[in-house]
Amino acid sequence: MKRSIFGRFWPNATAVILFAGFAFPVYWMFATAFKPTGDIIAENPVWFPTDVTFSHFKKAVDADHFWTLVVNSVTVTVLSVVFSLVIALFAAFALARMRFRGRRGLIVTFMLAQMAPWEVMIIAIYMLVRDNDMLNSLVPLTVFYTVMVLPLTVLTLRGYVAAVPKDLEEAAMVDGCTRGQAFVRVIFPLLAPGLMATSLFGFITAWNEFPLVLILNKDVEKQTLPLWLSQFQTAFGDDWGATMAASSLFALPILIVFILLQRKAVSGLTDGAVKG
Amino acid sequence: MSVQTRGTDTAGEPAVRKAPVPAPPRGGDRTPGAPSRRHAAAPYLLLLPALLATVVLLGWPLVKNGLLSFQNLNPRQLIQHLTEWNGVDNYREVLTGQDFWHVVERTVVFTAVNVVLIMAVGTLVGLLLARLGKRMRLLLMVGLVLAWAMPYVAATTVYQWLFAQRFGVVNWVLDRLGWHSMADYNWLGTQTSTYFVIILLLVWQSVPFVAINLYAATTTIPKELYEAASLDGAGGWKSFTSVTLPFLRPFLYATTFLEVIWIFKAFTQVFAINEGGPDRLTETLPVYAYVEGVGNQHFGVGAAISFLTIVALLVITSYYLRMVLKQEEDEL
Repeated sequence: MKRSIFGRFWPNATAVILFAGFAFPVYWMFATAFKPTGDIIAENPVWFPTDVTFSHFKKAVDADHFWTLVVNSVTVTVLSVVFSLVIALFAAFALARMRFRGRRGLIVTFMLAQMAPWEVMIIAIYMLVRDNDMLNSLVPLTVFYTVMVLPLTVLTLRGYVAAVPKDLEEAAMVDGCTRGQAFVRVIFPLLAPGLMATSLFGFITAWNEFPLVLILNKDVEKQTLPLWLSQFQTAFGDDWGATMAASSLFALPILIVFILLQRKAVSGLTDGAVKG
Repeated sequence: MSVQTRGTDTAGEPAVRKAPVPAPPRGGDRTPGAPSRRHAAAPYLLLLPALLATVVLLGWPLVKNGLLSFQNLNPRQLIQHLTEWNGVDNYREVLTGQDFWHVVERTVVFTAVNVVLIMAVGTLVGLLLARLGKRMRLLLMVGLVLAWAMPYVAATTVYQWLFAQRFGVVNWVLDRLGWHSMADYNWLGTQTSTYFVIILLLVWQSVPFVAINLYAATTTIPKELYEAASLDGAGGWKSFTSVTLPFLRPFLYATTFLEVIWIFKAFTQVFAINEGGPDRLTETLPVYAYVEGVGNQHFGVGAAISFLTIVALLVITSYYLRMVLKQEEDEL
């Protein structure tokens, strides 16, 4: 399968062009965020910033409520990921290691729930939350984000539990462990990487979520970062430097987590056939 | 290695049918996992929290949505907490009005254009990944992962900046290429151009998923198949159509459905880029339901639109699940 230089040239050239096309918007976000305003509104775009400034980041961070929103976003995201992991772990263990009536139906239920169109259910959720006097609170957000990421967490974890060799568990039980102890001492440590990869999906979903917080929380103090970012450009009157700095700050945690966990996540995503 | 693989394959075997453990040193009479009444309930108890949370918090809004769609619910009723049933009036209003059908048509075309582009470009990029050398593949992978990982609202904001009327880099490039009328073009000023930006954004975000997974799928094609094909005298194109394509077909079907669902219900990007504007001309069904229901405070009508959208999505999803379940019959 030797290819001539010519045969290798076109695929490589296409790859470089595609790389540029896919990476450019991300690059441009960071580049704009670090450029002095003079370079941003220059007659000709400054492709590679030479003067670096942090003033846009300062402006974004100093914006009203920024730190409150960071705390809100982190709280909601972390809590919903942790809750869904704990709940899902029990379910995943049962689905992966036990045989019982209705097992297949339950798996299908979780698959169906995973595709739930939350974006279209926001009016009903709004009425429910309002009727319970829970508007402008982080509690409903946490609860619904937990349920949003739960089905996928169950299905993905099920794969990771199933991948732990059964012999290990049996060996522990032969040595006198109960099934529960075998799980805690043998399976759980082996599951740690799986838990990390699984939490990535939940993390991305909760961090990204926009429609629900848009409709539920009108009080700025109770909003999260996606909503803040979507209104930032209007609020700051086309200050693209500050807007891109705000975008960068919002995107950075996800980009870092994604790159760290990407290798494990991709195989998990292929199993679950889901979107990040 | 083979032991591990087999362990995975038999993970779904009944717990009671475990391989007999040869001569357990102690507690021989207590076979681990032996069926008893206490154990019979265990899986259900373990599943209860997850199932309860899902059914209640997913089912409750769904039922509520159904109920709301039969109510006359405008600002007055909302503030005074009145429940006024009005039968199928909301549905009659929605289904006989022109707006709804315009939005349906628009959503279908929008979904079709997006999915065709995503699948075509995604497949080509995936096949390219399989052909590239190690280093170039890594480079392209990095670009794809960056686009994939970008949070929706951040990506939308960046696209607004790329296509900004003044100082936007796209207009500058078009101007330089000799398209001088585009120098100050307002991309979010017309329906077509706004859709162009949204579609480019969605395709950019979705192609990495298709491409990387398709590449992963090609790596599982047994090499022997290609060898057999070349022994039969198949050239590059022939072995592609007779080996690669049939192998990838189930994956391509499933992914197409997934993309249809994902694009059909996309709210964040469509709404965040221009709030359905200009003049409500880029509203797709989810955004239309939101603007009618919440924006214009016709909650009952909005619920009816939502309900119809959910039904459409449910039909697509059930097709998708049926297909996936058929493929994974033995895995469950």
